[in-house]
Amino acid sequence: MRDNPEAHELIAPASLSAVLELLSRTPGKWTPMAGGTELMVAHAAGQLRPQKLVSLWGIPDLRFIEMGPKSIAIGATTTFCDLRAHAGVVAHLPLLAKAASWIGSIANQSRATLGGNLVNGSPAADSSPALLVYDAEIEMVSARGRRRIPYAAFHTQYKRNAMAADELLYAIHMPLRFAHHRHYMRKVGTRRAMAISKVALAATALVDNDLVNEICLAAASLAAFPIRLYRTEAALLGQAVTADTIQAARNALLAEAKPIDDIRSTAEYRRRVAANLLEELLIAFRSEETAQ
Amino acid sequence: MSAGWPTHRFTVNGEGRAVKAPPMKRLLDVLREDLRLTGTKEGCGEGECGSCAVRMDGELVNSCLVPVLQVEGALIQTVEGLAANGELHPLQQAFLHCGGAQCGICTPGMLMAAAQLLARNPHPSLAEIREGLAGNLCRCTGFMRIFESVVVAAANSAEGSTNRRAEQAAHAR
Repeated sequence: MRDNPEAHELIAPASLSAVLELLSRTPGKWTPMAGGTELMVAHAAGQLRPQKLVSLWGIPDLRFIEMGPKSIAIGATTTFCDLRAHAGVVAHLPLLAKAASWIGSIANQSRATLGGNLVNGSPAADSSPALLVYDAEIEMVSARGRRRIPYAAFHTQYKRNAMAADELLYAIHMPLRFAHHRHYMRKVGTRRAMAISKVALAATALVDNDLVNEICLAAASLAAFPIRLYRTEAALLGQAVTADTIQAARNALLAEAKPIDDIRSTAEYRRRVAANLLEELLIAFRSEETAQ
Repeated sequence: MSAGWPTHRFTVNGEGRAVKAPPMKRLLDVLREDLRLTGTKEGCGEGECGSCAVRMDGELVNSCLVPVLQVEGALIQTVEGLAANGELHPLQQAFLHCGGAQCGICTPGMLMAAAQLLARNPHPSLAEIREGLAGNLCRCTGFMRIFESVVVAAANSAEGSTNRRAEQAAHAR
């Protein structure tokens, strides 16, 4: 049943400081809304619970991409269209540009924001595996000041995160140190466009002389929130990519993945496909090595 | 009732408009009900089908997911704004010529998505056309005639601009 627009209050303070002041005065009372691709869908279904919404759309302090010599900072309300159109993101963070192209359609990518994707906290979030394998940090801001935490520590449980009620996600930071890494990311969904993933896997790695010298693995839809696959990484680190190593890594992944059955897929399918994606990426990384 | 709601000011198809409405009212409803621009259609109402797509500040958006408060100061283009000086837009001509429109519900959104694509990329490949229109669902045509329409419109626009450049060059001489 469609909701009544008159049932919700929506305000648009002109500045970031005005938003922070509002959140600090009445913590938890106002729900921030950026491009609305999640909250307006809930509204359409009559399931938008927050009564008071504060718009972040159009606040310039939150929509930016800044490239320094060693790192990149992306403002929370940067849209997925912004990310796809940014030459630096495409060149240095190809998996993030690819994830941006997976989000819904062009009309969704023009409104959906990177910060919104993270705060919404879906276990299937498209941008999350890329951010995890790029060692992203999350910068939060409130009237009390700013703080940064690793993105890997941002999600705490299903749809819950480390932000306090008066905090806003301000920016996502990533080091620019992946130029010589292998990159891999694949999403398996019902169809190519407009489909939420059944499972997705991402990796960055340094493979030299057939040895895995560094590897970072992350997945969507294998747990209650997007996760780093630490035990699978441990099974690979320092190893040569042999059939035995691949089998050990598959076993580690199957042991640490905790997917669920839901409307989009089954736990068993997700586990099996995730292990197959892992094998695919290891074989690709090995053959890239051989090819050089 | 409406007296208490704030006034939202923005531009639609080149014309400044002011609408009193609840801030959470969807741009789709403001266009159709308050401004009587019923070319923009409602399909799913949840951002999946693209029927309600319009252009906002040079980007394609689903107007069912945009609260009118966020349209403040924006430039909106709807399907009514495609034709200019009594002439159909090259995309509209191509959709007519190629049979790109059947029942017509998806057509305004398809046209706006195609207009967005051609504004960014005047010579799209078939793969780029498919991606540009991936968020617009059509249950009549099977899509092939729509893709063909965009190919033809891109070719005609290019020819048109070449002709115009030739005319301008002739004029200059």
